[in-house]
Amino acid sequence: MTNGAMGERGLLDVLLLQDYNTTVVVLGTTALGLAAGFAGTLLLLRKRALLGDVVSHAMLPGVVAAFMVMRGLGGSGKNLFGLLIGATISGLIAAWLVPVLRRASGLKDDAIMGIVLGGSFGLGIALMGIALNTPGGNQAGLESFIFGKTASMIRADALLIGWGAVVVLAATLLLCKEFRLLCFDEQFAASIGRRVDLLDGALMLIAVAVIVIGLQAVGLILVIALLIIPASAARFWSDGFVPSLVVAGTVGAASGWLGSTISALEAKLPAGAVIVLVTGGFFIVSMLAGTRRGLILRWIQAAGLRRRVRRQHLLRAMLEAGEGVGSVTIDMVCGRRRWTAQHVRRQLRRAQSAGEVLRSSAGAWHLTPSGLTAARRIVRNHRLWELFLIHHADIAPSHVDRDADLVEHVLDAPLMAELEALLEADTTLPSSPHPLGGVT
Amino acid sequence: MTWDYDGMILLVAIAAAAACALPGVFLVVRGMGLMGDAISHAVLPGIAIGFLASGSRDSVWMFAGAAIAGVLAAVLTQALHKFGNVDRGAAMGTVFTILFSIGLILLVRTADTVDIDPHSVLYGAIELTPLDTITLHLALLGDVEVPRALVPIGIVMGISIVVLGALWKELRLASFDPALARTLGYNSGVLLQVIMVLTAATCVACFEAVGSIMTVTFIVAPAATALLLSRRLGVVAVLAVVVASVAAVVGHLSAITVPGWFLGAGFDTSSSGMMAVASFVLFVLAVLLAPQRGVLARRFALRRLAATVAIEDALGLLYRLGERNEPDDATTVHQLLQGDVRVGAARVDRVLAALRKRGLAVLDAGHWQLTEAGRSEATGLVRAHRLWEAYLSTRSDVPVSHLHGAAERLEHVTDAALAQQLAEATGDATIDPHGRGIPDAPPDKP
Repeated sequence: MTNGAMGERGLLDVLLLQDYNTTVVVLGTTALGLAAGFAGTLLLLRKRALLGDVVSHAMLPGVVAAFMVMRGLGGSGKNLFGLLIGATISGLIAAWLVPVLRRASGLKDDAIMGIVLGGSFGLGIALMGIALNTPGGNQAGLESFIFGKTASMIRADALLIGWGAVVVLAATLLLCKEFRLLCFDEQFAASIGRRVDLLDGALMLIAVAVIVIGLQAVGLILVIALLIIPASAARFWSDGFVPSLVVAGTVGAASGWLGSTISALEAKLPAGAVIVLVTGGFFIVSMLAGTRRGLILRWIQAAGLRRRVRRQHLLRAMLEAGEGVGSVTIDMVCGRRRWTAQHVRRQLRRAQSAGEVLRSSAGAWHLTPSGLTAARRIVRNHRLWELFLIHHADIAPSHVDRDADLVEHVLDAPLMAELEALLEADTTLPSSPHPLGGVT
Repeated sequence: MTWDYDGMILLVAIAAAAACALPGVFLVVRGMGLMGDAISHAVLPGIAIGFLASGSRDSVWMFAGAAIAGVLAAVLTQALHKFGNVDRGAAMGTVFTILFSIGLILLVRTADTVDIDPHSVLYGAIELTPLDTITLHLALLGDVEVPRALVPIGIVMGISIVVLGALWKELRLASFDPALARTLGYNSGVLLQVIMVLTAATCVACFEAVGSIMTVTFIVAPAATALLLSRRLGVVAVLAVVVASVAAVVGHLSAITVPGWFLGAGFDTSSSGMMAVASFVLFVLAVLLAPQRGVLARRFALRRLAATVAIEDALGLLYRLGERNEPDDATTVHQLLQGDVRVGAARVDRVLAALRKRGLAVLDAGHWQLTEAGRSEATGLVRAHRLWEAYLSTRSDVPVSHLHGAAERLEHVTDAALAQQLAEATGDATIDPHGRGIPDAPPDKP
């Protein structure tokens, strides 16, 4: 929760780190976002996106146990370093338990993760109940350890996060090649002598380090979000390992920077939650505009394919309907498929502007020479594929049309050459292996 | 421990445990075990909006808001996974963290005007349920005083049983063979969506009564435990409910007794926390002890198999020594077995003792002799071995130098019928690729 006075400061002051307190917070969350983006990408590519969720919940019993042990030894129980050690140990135990229990039980990852998460968090709650009951066991402070206190981050916290981020980045870069192998081809990595278990252990160490430094600074939910969301957003931009790391790191850092800035400008905007929402914004933008599998790109590609399929279907229908006749009427074309006259007219107009068909007299259309060449090629592809299915896949002639109808649009030159060689086809147009008629 | 207090807690706990375990079975089968955790965080904005819209702490509004948010989380997760091509876990994590953040901001923004503690909703305390009771008028039992928390839980459990019962056949099909379900015309995506909505409603009903941690754990742990014990869906569902009830009882009892052992009488701790721990412990026990899939059972089965293989290898060795007229005195055999079977001297002693005990071989004046039964069994083994070599050398690309290893493994799982098939497939070969004779099939045992 931020200090209300910051509301009066200018956006630029905060963005450009002119204020000491906010500078600490902004730098700290930016570094955390960067480190979490890197670690999250590794987890996501290893198909363990939610392991961060498990590990962060599993830190509760470690924190409470450390608190109790330190109190038992006569301390106040709130030594930050001690609590962090406790959190790390129990987080690592959970990260180790998941694969062990999965192998021993043969169940899927998600079930094991749910059980470990629930069991360990439950243990933490139970331990907390005991700690509360013991004399002097005021657990205040443990709560904020779990739920975070971004805005009151102090220099020491920011420094801790900064160093943690440096270590995580260094470790990721150092093991970059090995991690890439581990994420994309585990078996190959094992076959060339890489120790998959050790690499997985290193990955877990990196993830636990990020969670430990982030947990107390920004809280449990934000850490999970920073591990998962930037990494998922990066997948819309690239399939590559290094590009994914770079995009995720950038998104994470930008979210940390923008989110903490926005929360500093306005009172009563919890920084952790705002950072998550900014990450969410980046995620939505990536999902829409991503250059690898963004929705807009995929929509455009699908529309292009649809257009191509319609054009090819029209040309084939015109050729087959007019075989021997030359020109065809809209009715004749309609009869080839379940097309409406309106649809056919629209497609014909489109083909006309492409110079593939011409309107000869009222109501009759015919293929231009270029249209005829294209149509003959399409029909030939279709029939060769049908012949292939009949002769080499043992499919009845009455059943090949539908299959060829789908495949004809994606037959490229090399594949056609192979098909021609296999069927010993000459360059002429083979006749249809099945009776032609309207699709009824 | 009093019936009025602890009895009511146990009643609520068992009802909640059973209510969570039922949809949990289908979630776990479909690989959505973390759904409960996701929903527990995602309901926060619903609770906040329900509270702000009604201006009261009346739980009906918050319940409605939470249920809507829970369903929304389930739908969004599925949509991101399907249309956005996002890894399912990542889709879940993205959705619930964002929803949780929206809820947190709403609560903080209005913290001056309202007083709502998200923890009281998310971490509801089962210890408080006996304090708020209502009287039910039941036909057979007359007026019964039960905790109020039992009502929403009972309602969602009733809905779960009806829906799961009505869709049982379809759910079973979609759970184990989504592709087949599709070809038969059942939309497994819609079925999964139904399960997720049921889960969301169950979670919300249970959060306020027993807290999120118990709910989240009981959705996955009892179902996973039951799946280790049985492979029949009906049995799994019943077992999951039983395991959940046991975990609830054990958890509560340990919450009120275990701290006392360490800190002295009078100390207790969170029941729902201990119930989560108890369900975890039951799961680990099942992993270790389950009759067929348990670690111990599998280890025993391996042991037995290894013992059988060792005995069969010893029989094969004695047969081959006899065939080649090589020395078969006790010391040589002992040494050869150690090298051949690659086990320690003590194991070899046990294997040889087993041979004698089963009447397969006798030690005659310092020399090992196969008995009639032993010779028959050894003949079958060596025949299987050499038939496999002959078969593999003609039918596969296994190089001759590697035939022995493959045949060595296959001979132990080849019965007389399979050996006969091999003989036919190799045209009744009489010589193996190494030039040794393939013995005829031993006479059938009487």
